[in-house]
Amino acid sequence: MATINVDGEQYEVEEGQNLLHAVLSQQLNLPYFCWHPAMDSVGACRQCAIIQYADEDDERGRLGMACMTDVVDGMRISIAAPQAADFRESVIEWLMENHPHDCPVCEEGGECHLQDMTVMTGHSVRKYRGAKRTWENQNLGPFIGHEMNRCITCYRCVRYYRDYAGGNDLSAFGSRSRMYFGRSEDGPLESEFSGNLVEVCPTGVFTDKPFATHYTRKWDLQSAPSVCPGCAVGCNLFPGERYGVLKRVQNRYHGELNGYFLCDRGRFGSHFINSDLRIRHAGVRAPDGVFEANGTSNAVAEAAKLVTGGAIGIGSPRASFEANFALKKLVGDERFCSGLGDNEAMLIELALSIQQEGGADIPSLADVEAADAILILGEDVLNTAPRIALAVRQAVRAESFSMAEEAGIPSWQDAGVRGHAQGALSPLFIASVAATRLDDVASATLGGAPQDIARVGFAIAHEIDPTYAVDDIELPDAGIDFSRQAMAALCSAKRPLVVSGTGTGDPDVLRAAANVAWALKARGSNPALLLAPLEANSFGVGLLGGGLSMTEALDAMASGSPAVVLENDLYRRADAQRVSVACSESTMLVLDSLENETAEHAAILMPTSTYAESTGTYVNYETRAQRFYQVFEPDQEIRPAWRWISDISGALDSRGTGWSNVNELIEECATGTYVALATISPAPDYRVEGGARIPRQPHRYSGRTAMRAQVSVHEPKTTVDDETPFNYSMEGQNLGRQDGAAVPFVWSPGWNSNQSVFKFQQEVGGALLGGDPGALLVVSKNDSDDKSRATKFREVPGAFVATSAFLVVPAYAIFGSDELSNASWPIAQRMPAPFALLNVADADKLGVQAGEGISGTGLTTSLEVRIDDRIPAGLVGVVQGLPGTHVTPTGRVELSVDSDFVPRPGGHPDVIARG
Amino acid sequence: MSLMDTKPLLGRVEEVGGFVDLTAYEAGQGYQAARTALTSMSPEEIVSLVKDANLRGRGGAGFPTGLKWSFVPQGEAAGEGAKYLVCNADEMEPGTFKDRFLLEHNPHILIEGMIIGAYAIQAEKAYIFLRGEYHQPYRRLVEALADATAQGFLGAGIFGTDFNLDLRIHRSGGRYICGEETALLNALEGKRAQPRTKPPFPPASGAWGRPTIVNNVETFCNVPGIVRHGVEWYQGLGRTEDAGTKIYGISGRVNRPGLWELPIGTPIRELVEQHAGGMRDGFELKGILPGGASTDFLVEEHFDLAMDYGTIQAAGSRMGTGTMILMDNSICPVDMSRNLQHFFAQESCGFCTPCREGLPWIEALLLDIEEGRGQEGDLEVLDRNAQFIGAPGNTFCLHATGAIEPLQSALKYFREDFEEHIRTGKCPYRGRPL
Repeated sequence: MATINVDGEQYEVEEGQNLLHAVLSQQLNLPYFCWHPAMDSVGACRQCAIIQYADEDDERGRLGMACMTDVVDGMRISIAAPQAADFRESVIEWLMENHPHDCPVCEEGGECHLQDMTVMTGHSVRKYRGAKRTWENQNLGPFIGHEMNRCITCYRCVRYYRDYAGGNDLSAFGSRSRMYFGRSEDGPLESEFSGNLVEVCPTGVFTDKPFATHYTRKWDLQSAPSVCPGCAVGCNLFPGERYGVLKRVQNRYHGELNGYFLCDRGRFGSHFINSDLRIRHAGVRAPDGVFEANGTSNAVAEAAKLVTGGAIGIGSPRASFEANFALKKLVGDERFCSGLGDNEAMLIELALSIQQEGGADIPSLADVEAADAILILGEDVLNTAPRIALAVRQAVRAESFSMAEEAGIPSWQDAGVRGHAQGALSPLFIASVAATRLDDVASATLGGAPQDIARVGFAIAHEIDPTYAVDDIELPDAGIDFSRQAMAALCSAKRPLVVSGTGTGDPDVLRAAANVAWALKARGSNPALLLAPLEANSFGVGLLGGGLSMTEALDAMASGSPAVVLENDLYRRADAQRVSVACSESTMLVLDSLENETAEHAAILMPTSTYAESTGTYVNYETRAQRFYQVFEPDQEIRPAWRWISDISGALDSRGTGWSNVNELIEECATGTYVALATISPAPDYRVEGGARIPRQPHRYSGRTAMRAQVSVHEPKTTVDDETPFNYSMEGQNLGRQDGAAVPFVWSPGWNSNQSVFKFQQEVGGALLGGDPGALLVVSKNDSDDKSRATKFREVPGAFVATSAFLVVPAYAIFGSDELSNASWPIAQRMPAPFALLNVADADKLGVQAGEGISGTGLTTSLEVRIDDRIPAGLVGVVQGLPGTHVTPTGRVELSVDSDFVPRPGGHPDVIARG
Repeated sequence: MSLMDTKPLLGRVEEVGGFVDLTAYEAGQGYQAARTALTSMSPEEIVSLVKDANLRGRGGAGFPTGLKWSFVPQGEAAGEGAKYLVCNADEMEPGTFKDRFLLEHNPHILIEGMIIGAYAIQAEKAYIFLRGEYHQPYRRLVEALADATAQGFLGAGIFGTDFNLDLRIHRSGGRYICGEETALLNALEGKRAQPRTKPPFPPASGAWGRPTIVNNVETFCNVPGIVRHGVEWYQGLGRTEDAGTKIYGISGRVNRPGLWELPIGTPIRELVEQHAGGMRDGFELKGILPGGASTDFLVEEHFDLAMDYGTIQAAGSRMGTGTMILMDNSICPVDMSRNLQHFFAQESCGFCTPCREGLPWIEALLLDIEEGRGQEGDLEVLDRNAQFIGAPGNTFCLHATGAIEPLQSALKYFREDFEEHIRTGKCPYRGRPL
């Protein structure tokens, strides 16, 4: 620690940081633009000027930029000194020469960092009398709006997009006062993380395009702490609502997980909440097959009959832990199915059992970023759990930072580190079925069938520690090179990391990943093992378990058993034929938020609220249980699934009376094994300073008395929220001093933009003041040791042999493989047409070219061929989860050219296919 | 006594009466210094020699060359990978044409100087970063490099030693900012020509993150003489504290504009009167920019000062490149300032705010004043901008600092002209008989 004197006050600050980081960490106000907590300093904007004094007697001092100044113990500086304040005002005056006065029509207005900084410096009178420069804007695709006239040339966009996120289609063009930030030509931004530009840009150049179509000021948005339903990472979100419409999603800082950034699936995937596919009314199908929306009580009464009739329950990895728990309780353990497909359920169980062995740490994304050697086995994280890929991209910079440290360049000096290290990368080894969008930063890549990837993993583990998988594993030359290099890199790393997941569908890949991590542990390293499942609550339902497998559940339905299906399109879980039979033979109660094929067969339909309309818990890839809160109240008939279940159980005398609010349910979930569930978020009686509750609405929330005036001039009574410490109003306090899980939006006096997040952090870029939310549910067993782990997975699968029939392996698309976000219109615009990945030699043999169609036995639809330069011969990668497709058959299929294939419109193939 | 004893850079050009090709250069003891350096001196000895000779960078900043070279890590401390020697031949300073003359007439002295410099810092890769518009110098350099390579002065095993030097020409795509050494390195690497943060300084981490020395053409050209004749001779060349000769140039309404290699420290008046033949009839010298466009004006009271680093600095300006721009009584100081600011605003790289946005504002204001649209308070706005943009450290690099130097001094020495423009709403110089 260092002691510094700022305007006469002493502060204890962290050493090794720059001064701007230090003073902001002390919650002091100092304007800035180009510096970003996740991207550090370059010294471009010259806004954070301070006066630095040589010693106690120095009265004049020297003007310098805080972001480019090292923290030195005993230093004396001034933020308030008139020379510094004048200069800062001048910087704004320069920036304002060309900045348009369009705040009233600018999407950024009211949460604009430039507005805040302008007010903070005091610049108000314009002296520049020249004309303003103007630009033509670009169409950057469905996600991002572009208004270059507002640009203040802080370079944050290109630094984020290119340097941080690895994109290459956004550049700085021109020079002098004619700098242009955009693409070389119009077109959708290719990076899967482009949405962060909206938050990175300090003004309104890059804006949230879907948000702009139904625009609302930040201060008019109602919000609550939330968690993304898009994948298993569980990034923290601030969904914003007004008029019952989900307007947008912004990043909710989490020091261990998403930090400052989201993926585009997460940011733009929530518009399914406003979709026309929403189920809004409860109802029962009449004997003539016509669906009648005849009220909630009718539906509940009918549902109760179903349960009495011995219904089975099918849960869902996209439903909350609480809803699954409630259903499981309603139907009984032995009649409950987790809702995962058979293979996925097995993989989830395996992954959880591996993590319970405790041989390796489960890494948060902050841990991933700190890893200094990484092996990715099989998992295409960019498309299955995208935010992990962005973290891996940061991890590979470890080598750059150590080179910079050797050269005496401070780690926060971004341009200095990058210039010196020249893109030097830490070891990243990727073994995957097909090419990935992380290949550009990989030390080596290897293609193979899942079983071959597993073999390579087993071989690496064996090389690290010979007690692992003793069978001789013969690898092709490329595999031998890859495994030796990866072994050497992992062994010499201080923080090695193995990344895998359930995406390949092959349990041996998980076993091999575990062996590598455990072998590292056995040789004394401190390894981390990341096993990513596919959905937001996969591990949650995995932990809950259930007596029925999906096949058993479907068989029961096919033989006439009634079923309660919770937020689950069964057509995504099992063979379509089988599901069809089950759905038509069974009397089904479907609880869901969106129409889908399963819901079409429902005898009883109950509309459920989405994550933004309810309170609940998801368990992420770390097994971190995270609470999301109801942001807004949905239409009258839409209720949280657990509430429906509670009502049904209330209608059944024998099954108890349900739960009067979500906390009662959470408490019951937490009884016994998962105590943490009750402690991850503050109780409803939690109060902040002064005994206040926490407002969901900013203090400037406007139009309260007018916003429903076209319906009734009487203002409805504000709903009293007895489930959470949050108000559905502006009343209360949101100062950031509360529990980190209870921050509904970030705002601080003078800091209207998202930059205010530092007022909510213990230190810039550190944990939230009240701690980062969530708690890990998996506890490692205490009877596991190096020896027992070494004997756990000894069976090495045989090598893949290509035949004339193709082995189907799953492929994923960030925009398209996730059920809910598929119904979000901006995502739909970037969704590819259903595609198949083929080796070029195989394509030649089949006589197809990229863009043409193939069909195959068991494939529900023809697929557009994409040539992948990694996929081995004999495999076909089939995209999962796109609308209009069904679960692909496992095993081998015969492929043939579909000469009638008509290319379907889809997202840009180069963008999504491989990159 | 040969001309080269007093004019080590251009003496041979005078002797030959024009372009010094390899034969002519060798006949004047060319490449002897490089041979001596590589075969009988250690790199450390050369660095000390250059340091002791007190050679200061001729690109404008005047940083001691030997000291700069001594910052390059040697041996194991240098780590793995190449070191680089770069010649800054991106001569874009307005009014400056000394490097061009050297390159067009005596390219081998540069090559020889670079061989010695490369050996001194043990760099085996070198680049001449040449201004894109310098076509004739390019042709001369290409020819000279081929000739020198054919003679074994470049390439592998120079002079039978185990020292190799791969010397290449890089023709700049343009931009004045490439004269800033770190922007030059970025451009050389194929990146945007924006200056880099310092530290790290190039001797520690320069081209491609490796130790790099960047020196001006004229600086390198001084090195062979120092090696040949030694420290005492070199220091004896100067008329004041500084050592060696300097190529001085004069442009403006004098009788004989041009450039001359003269002892460093030659007084301004002597340069104007004696070497440039005095002002043309009817023109009166009003002010000079002593070392290119990015230096403060000097006026009558300074004309007897010696042109060396210390003296000119003490007078509130900089010797810079030593090539002077003369302003006579027919030239409007406001218009000249506008012209200069137009150049600097246009050449801003666009990275930092004060330079990128401040210079165009200054240019616009000066244009307003010059064209009679000046308003009360404009001079205060100019003063404020000049103060905030010009202070070193306020901007990312020294481009804007240099831009402000002629402006702030014009506002100081010719303030009445500015005031008259605003007061009368027109330029008093327009329509005035020349």
